[in-house]
Amino acid sequence: MRIYFDHAATTPVDPQVEASMRPYFAGRFGNASAQYEEGQLAHKAVEEARIKVADLTGARPEEIVFTGSGTESNNMAIKGTAWALRDKGNHIITSSIEHPAVLESCRWLERAGYEVTYLPVDEYGLINPALVEESIRKETILISIMQANNEVGTIEPIAEIAEVARRHQIKLHCDAVQTVGNIAINVVELGVDMLSMSAHKLYGPKGVGALYIKEGTSLASLLHGGHQESGRRAGTENTVGMVGFGKAAELARERLIQGPARLEKMRDTMIDGIMKRIKWVRLNGHPKRRLPGNVNISIEFVEGEGMLMHLDMMGISCSTGSACQAADLKASHVLLAMGLSHEMSHGSLRFSLGHLTTEAEIARVVEVLPGIVEKLRAMSPLTVKERVNA
Amino acid sequence: MLDYSDKVKDHLLNPRNVGEMEHPSGVGKVGNPVCGDIMEMCIKVEDEVIVDAVFRTFGCGAAIAASSMVTELIKGKKIKEALRLSKDEVASALDGLPPIKMHCSVLGVEALQKAIKNYQEQKSSLKN
Repeated sequence: MRIYFDHAATTPVDPQVEASMRPYFAGRFGNASAQYEEGQLAHKAVEEARIKVADLTGARPEEIVFTGSGTESNNMAIKGTAWALRDKGNHIITSSIEHPAVLESCRWLERAGYEVTYLPVDEYGLINPALVEESIRKETILISIMQANNEVGTIEPIAEIAEVARRHQIKLHCDAVQTVGNIAINVVELGVDMLSMSAHKLYGPKGVGALYIKEGTSLASLLHGGHQESGRRAGTENTVGMVGFGKAAELARERLIQGPARLEKMRDTMIDGIMKRIKWVRLNGHPKRRLPGNVNISIEFVEGEGMLMHLDMMGISCSTGSACQAADLKASHVLLAMGLSHEMSHGSLRFSLGHLTTEAEIARVVEVLPGIVEKLRAMSPLTVKERVNA
Repeated sequence: MLDYSDKVKDHLLNPRNVGEMEHPSGVGKVGNPVCGDIMEMCIKVEDEVIVDAVFRTFGCGAAIAASSMVTELIKGKKIKEALRLSKDEVASALDGLPPIKMHCSVLGVEALQKAIKNYQEQKSSLKN
C-alpha cells in the first residue's frame, strides 16, 4: 500500500464523483447546447453542476464559468482583464510567489507592453496589503494574488487586499486553486472580482476548472467560437468533467464541516514529530496561517530529490522544491522569494495531506524520515563546521 | 519520480565509497549551491595507480549515483586511464541517465579530474 502525500498536486477522484460522471460518457452523451432530449439532459446536468460549484464558493451560478483547468482560469482572468481594460491602463500587480499559470501569463503580457509589479513576500510567504496599495498607479487595472500558496501553504490576507482594491476601484483576481474545497471560502466575503478553481484538487476529475466572475466584471474571452458558457468560453461543454466537478463540490461542502480541523491536527502532529526527531529543520510557510493539509520543511545539508527518491522507494509520495525535480533545474521561486538560501530551497520537502490520510501514515513518515536524512547527511560535503554554525 | 534505471536506484540506496579520507593524494570539489549539486572526491594514488577513492555529494539521486559510479570505475586504474573516463562511460555504466540529468555525470567526471589535477600539482610541488 502506497502512502500518498501529494494532494496539493492532485487528488484521487472520489468514488462517488466517478459514479456521478459515468452516465455521461456514453449514455447521456448529448451535446449540452442541443435542443432535443439528449442535449437537454446534458444541459440540465451542467447547470446542476454549476449550482453546486457556486454553492461551494458563495457565488451565484451565473457567475461561474467552467474552464479546462485552474491554469486556464488564471490565464482567462489575467489576459481577459488586460484585454478588456486595455484602454484604462497597462499595469498589473501580482506577487513573486504566484503559481506559474499567473506568473507566466503576466510575463507574456509584459512582452506585449504591459507592466507588472511582482510584490515581495516576508519570511513566511505573506504579502503585505500595504505594499499592494503602495504599488498602485493610475494605470493599474488588475491585482492578482493567490489565496494560499501551493508550495508552502501560506494563506494570504485576501480580504484586506480586496479592501485596498475596492478603495482604488481596481479589479482583484484570486487564484484559489489550493483553497477551494480545502477551507471554507466565500467570494462575497473575500470581496474578489474573479476567483480561479480546479476540480482535481478536491477529488474531482482533471481537465475541468472554473472561474468565478462577479456580475458586471468586464472580461475578454480567450476561446472564441460557439456561445457556450454565456459566450465567455467557447467549446462544447465537457459534460462529464463538469458533472464530476459539481459532485466533488457537493462532497467538499460536507467535508468542510469537520475536515479542516482534523487535517490541521494531523499536520501539526507531523510537523512536531519531524522537528523533534531531526535537527536543523526549518518549517517553510506560516505556522498558523497555513493550509490545513500542508507540511513544508527544509532539511539542512541534504538535497530534496535524494530524500524524495528514498521515500518513493519506501512507498511514500511527496514533492520537493529542489531544482533537481524541475525541468528547468531551478530551485523553487517561492522559497527563494521567502529568503531561503539555494541550499535550503534544494532541501525542501512538501507533504500535502488529504482527507483519506491516516494518523498511521503520518507516523510512518515521522518514523522513516530521520534515517533517510541521517544517511544523506553522512554523504553530504557541507562541513561539520558549517553545520555547527547553522 | 524520474525514470531512473535500477542501477541508478541501487547506487543511490547503496552508494559505494562514501566518506572522507585521511591524507588523500588529491581532492576535487565541484558544483555550486545554485544548481543544487556539490561534489567532493578524494583519491589515494600509489605508483600512479588509484588505489582508493571516496566521495561526498550534496545533490540529487543522479548526482549521488554518478559520484558513486565514478569511484567504482576508477579504483585500480592508472591515472592516465582515469583521466580518459568520460561522462558517457559513467552514464552507460549506470544503464543510462535521463537526458536532463546528464550534467550529473559531467559533474562526477569533473570532480575526478580536479582531484587528479590536485594530486599532480602536489606531486610536482614536492619535486621542486
